[in-house]
Amino acid sequence: MGYLLVPRLALIMGLLLLPFIIPSLYWQRVIFIVFIYALLSLGFDFLAHFVGLVSLGGGFFIGVGAYLAAILNTSLGLPPAVTIPIATIIGGAICTLLLLPCLPLRGIYFAIVTLMYPLVLMRIIEALNILGGTDGIVGVASFQSRWIEQYFIIAMVLISLFGLRRLVNEDMGLVFRGVKDNDQAVKASGISITFYKSVAVFITSALGCLGGAYLAHFYMWAGISQFALDFSIIPIAATVIGGGGTLVGPLLGTFILVPISELLRAVGTLRIVFYALILTAFIVFRSEGIMVYGQRKYHQFERWVKV
Amino acid sequence: MNPKIILQVEKVSKAFGGVQALANVSFEVFEGEIFGIIGPNGSGKTTLINCVTGFIKMDSGKVFYRDKDISGRAPHKIADLGITRTFQVMRPYYTLPAYKNLIVPLFSPRARRTGGWRGGGRLGDRDTVGIDILEEIGFERDSFVPYKLASTLPTGYLKRLELARCLALRPEVIICDEVFSGLSMSEIASMVPLIERLQMDGITLVMIEHRLRELFRVANRVMVLNFGEKLTEGTPEEVMEDERVREAYIGSAEI
Repeated sequence: MGYLLVPRLALIMGLLLLPFIIPSLYWQRVIFIVFIYALLSLGFDFLAHFVGLVSLGGGFFIGVGAYLAAILNTSLGLPPAVTIPIATIIGGAICTLLLLPCLPLRGIYFAIVTLMYPLVLMRIIEALNILGGTDGIVGVASFQSRWIEQYFIIAMVLISLFGLRRLVNEDMGLVFRGVKDNDQAVKASGISITFYKSVAVFITSALGCLGGAYLAHFYMWAGISQFALDFSIIPIAATVIGGGGTLVGPLLGTFILVPISELLRAVGTLRIVFYALILTAFIVFRSEGIMVYGQRKYHQFERWVKV
Repeated sequence: MNPKIILQVEKVSKAFGGVQALANVSFEVFEGEIFGIIGPNGSGKTTLINCVTGFIKMDSGKVFYRDKDISGRAPHKIADLGITRTFQVMRPYYTLPAYKNLIVPLFSPRARRTGGWRGGGRLGDRDTVGIDILEEIGFERDSFVPYKLASTLPTGYLKRLELARCLALRPEVIICDEVFSGLSMSEIASMVPLIERLQMDGITLVMIEHRLRELFRVANRVMVLNFGEKLTEGTPEEVMEDERVREAYIGSAEI
């Protein structure tokens, strides 16, 4: 029992204790950005390794979620406890509807199209000067207390992680994996692959919108920088580092990548150089990802002890 | 008593670029029979069933299933009506154990309506139903075979797995794309009774085949395709006697 329980408990306790372990306010804020990236990476890993759609729409999801929450909050005066769930569900639905025409695309083509969406929306807002234009929407309400702010996102990341892990091993998850491995056979089984792909895209975009809505309340602002490319790219890097197809891996990947990127601010302009070096080192020496490597070693260790 | 037509194909044509893969092919399949489609390589057999099952859009023509026009419908909708197919190149989910391969079809709307093969009514635990179906189709229940990864199974079992995937939907019609090809003589010997049993269960079978001897043993009627055109149709004996069929297969007698 303990064999399986220990790693899970370590992860849960580690995340729950994070606000206590980290002393400075600056690093605490960094960590909550990490959690938002973690939500995106989870969604990315789910979509890429279990449904076969490589999505670069991270920025798109975050942006839609952030703007929705900001509009709901500033013009209707709804509190964060209401705006975040609404932005998650409605935002997920909006993203899924917009991505619906692209669902027949596969692999790199789907990636390119999803990358286009945040850029297009960003330029539309800028050009038409709607939704606050380049200034964004200011005056979004913040959370009531720091504790709610912190534990809300921690709980959300944990729930999504374990929820997704369960989902992919359920019967429905096998259908998702079937869509990835062999969509012809799924069609021949009388199952609409477009429906299941859109369900999967909805799950992923809802996770992204949740992160975006949280971000809007966290910064008390929603603007076009929330369509930033970072939100699309870092989840991929995190999945590569953490190990794709494990769901936990991308989470750990973000916890390594984003703080490293912050730490490297100390070296000034050379930051990108070191960042690239670290990424390359990971890809060359541990291309399978930390989690895949770690899981294998962990299982080997157990066998080794018995002998 | 006139047998009922279950599947009627009317003047189906399909061209890939300049190549006419199918030209006005028409045939009908009666309920409960085994209908064979034969023809030399490249004669359009697989294209024909791809058109019938909706995997390829046909250029012209109509397909009727129980007098209902199903031409041009999406493949999953046609499968939902009960017309299932196997693939010539086997397409299991390689990363899953054999019985888990059946979870996907058992999860489909049709299987939930019909309860899976012989399930009758409510679908129980999908794993159990999957293993039941595999046992019916020749996987030994008490061995490891149903639990093995699909990627480790030999061809004979993969062909059966394809059939099992169809059966999980409780089909009315199964269209088999070369179930005998690539099998050893003994594997074929055990496959033939299986096909006959499916027919006894009231399933209509359309079989595309290269192995004429085995097909002629089980088929009630056979259609011959050559270069996308229908040569002839009849009982296996009639077809075997036909001059043009011999020509298509062996080549013309005069040089």
